[in-house]
Amino acid sequence: MPSSASTPSAPTSPDAPAGSPAVPPLPDAAGRTPLVAVLAGGLSHERDVSLRSGRRVAEALRSTGLEVVLHDVDADLLTFLRETGPDVVWPLLHGASGEDGSVRDVLDMVGLPYVGSGPRASRVVWNKPISKAALLDAGLATPDYVTLPQSLFRDLGAQPVLDTIVRHLGLPLVVKPTEGGSALGVTIVSRAEDLPRAMVECFAYGETALIERAITGVELAISVIDGPRGPEALPAVEIVADGGYDYAARYVAGETEFFAPARLTADQAAQVSDAAVRAHEALHLRHLSRTDLILDASGTAHILEVNVAPGMTEMSLLPQAVAASGRDLAPLYRTIVDTALARAR
Amino acid sequence: MNELPETAGNRLDPWFGSYAARAHGMRASEIRALFSVANRPEVVSLAGGMPYLEGLPLDVIAETMQRLIITKGTTALQYGSGQGEESLREHITQVVALEGVSAHPDDVVVTTGSQSALDLVTRIFVDPGDVVIAEAPSYVGALGVFRSYQADVVQVPLDTDGLVPAELDAALTRLAAAGRRVKFVYTVPTFQNPAGVSLSAERRPQVLEICRRHGVLVVEDNPYGLLGFDEEPMPALRSYDTDGVLYLGSFSKTFAPGYRVGFVIAPHAVRDKLVLASESAVLSPSNASQLAVATYLETCDWKAQIKAYRELYRERRDALVGALGEHLPSASWNVPKGGFFVWVRLPDGLDARAMLPRAVTARVAYVPGTAFYYDGSGSDHMRLSFCFPTPERIREGVRRLAGVVNGESELVQIFGTSAQPDPDTDDVEGPAPDLA
Repeated sequence: MPSSASTPSAPTSPDAPAGSPAVPPLPDAAGRTPLVAVLAGGLSHERDVSLRSGRRVAEALRSTGLEVVLHDVDADLLTFLRETGPDVVWPLLHGASGEDGSVRDVLDMVGLPYVGSGPRASRVVWNKPISKAALLDAGLATPDYVTLPQSLFRDLGAQPVLDTIVRHLGLPLVVKPTEGGSALGVTIVSRAEDLPRAMVECFAYGETALIERAITGVELAISVIDGPRGPEALPAVEIVADGGYDYAARYVAGETEFFAPARLTADQAAQVSDAAVRAHEALHLRHLSRTDLILDASGTAHILEVNVAPGMTEMSLLPQAVAASGRDLAPLYRTIVDTALARAR
Repeated sequence: MNELPETAGNRLDPWFGSYAARAHGMRASEIRALFSVANRPEVVSLAGGMPYLEGLPLDVIAETMQRLIITKGTTALQYGSGQGEESLREHITQVVALEGVSAHPDDVVVTTGSQSALDLVTRIFVDPGDVVIAEAPSYVGALGVFRSYQADVVQVPLDTDGLVPAELDAALTRLAAAGRRVKFVYTVPTFQNPAGVSLSAERRPQVLEICRRHGVLVVEDNPYGLLGFDEEPMPALRSYDTDGVLYLGSFSKTFAPGYRVGFVIAPHAVRDKLVLASESAVLSPSNASQLAVATYLETCDWKAQIKAYRELYRERRDALVGALGEHLPSASWNVPKGGFFVWVRLPDGLDARAMLPRAVTARVAYVPGTAFYYDGSGSDHMRLSFCFPTPERIREGVRRLAGVVNGESELVQIFGTSAQPDPDTDDVEGPAPDLA
């Protein structure tokens, strides 16, 4: 059963400023208000973030007059979908199964339209080395990297391999799991002797590590939304985190300073927007995405990763970008849902 | 065209610059976020200190509570006194008498759980920079209170017989020589959280003598004292010394934490300050909760209920210890004689904090030892709780945990090191209250 019922009236969302008119519901052929199932939670390491994202999006969509049920994904997902019969699903699951395309595969199989990219594109984006290869193929820049499983260090001996990595990529390095988000398991390594510890921390989150050259520059997040004329980049958000943009810096208010729009020249802004839109297109993404990149002193935009299920919490970057664009969140989310519904019809 | 826009930075918290210094550490970490998975039924949580409430006669309690509202509703739903409901305070004196504590109802201050008692005691005694001595390891919720009052916590080792008197004496002597002001010694002397050990009968008077000699108050936190498996309750520290010991008690483990009823037994001068501090904090503890607990104590066989809990928890302790012996022989642990917790030392080189994500992936949860140390040490230990899962789930949880430990051992062997030490020990590393 749905974990919460909808309240179609009362635009109570803080995302919807008082006085802003709710978008009228888009009724289906039978004149029924569409029902949106927001999927959040689950069992991934990012469950907490996902629940926060899910609650925010559900609240915003309700304020536009849609019927919304928020569901914490578990073994009853298919029963829930069958019994609830949503018109459209918004998978806001972060981490495994939510972003790796598998839940989207299930939604395809049961014939339910959903917000966001399809399973194949999601699977490519979820795996950072594969998506980096696709970005390089599209002529986009991404930091030099190697991808190595834990078993390789066991088979070849850790130290010789680590020494080779340092010789090949230099220092500093960024060590991260090939899959996952919210900077979990990510370490910036400035000294070779710290690399083994970083590897151990990384492998606590997954079997394979991505080790890439750390890039110095302006850290930016560019959200892309599919509009009537194709993918459209929202204003870049600049991230200034004193101790690195780690988990606490992402989700504890006050820890990080954001500049939205980013402090970029018009040319720089156009350049990073173009990179994000090209990444969105090259990876065949749908409805929305967020590209994280670093603009270095030479003017190169190095794409770190792309997200198919960007965070939607109070602290997240996409909502900040929407605000910077002068738009309200709730109507924008509503437009995304309507796009997904229209595609299904 | 190519000028930089004048964008103001935004920290997404307009009051970022206004917080008190004591709020500095009030920030969650990724470890705390991982605990959100622990509450899912798919995960065997050996993390939580939640009592097994299915063991309560809920139908009897429901009738009792209904009668309470019908007969005393206007009192139960009204404000009460800062010191607490007198009938409950009388019952409390009977409960603590089981541990040799002789108290008058006037000595008792009822609080919102013993956590609130700890807060009030710290509030009236500790100025920023004052020293509080605690056991190493110590209850994570107490460390959080001390941190929030900007105390400097010095942790003194314990062994299988509890707090080590010689270490306590040495620490107090050292601090006195350094001109540091120690306000109290905080101890969970019986079935300690997290270590599960008890201060031995021989050491109890020794610890009190040392504190008396150094002129330092003892804060005895005793939520598990009646939950021994094999023996009669040990005499509380307060039973030896009424002037030098503040006794903190709770109905959260012996009845139900949802009522949030705890208490302090204190010398009269301290009691008066605690009452005033409580009034400024909460006006009065919940009358409805107090009367509910008083009615339960009056009308239900609470001693039989405690006996039932003891048997239930003993079976679970046995399941946990047995499973550890079977699946994790490379670790070491104590066998607690009561309470809720087993304190496990991991094989050399393993880091319980760094291993937690792997455990969550394997759908088992525990609390890393780092949560119980003020300085972030303790990563070689984990706390396992046996109070909530059934024996079958406990065995399954330990089986999963063994896989996690083996995986981490292989990793440490490959790289010859454990993970990065946590750079910020101020983060809230412990679980939320329902898991503490």
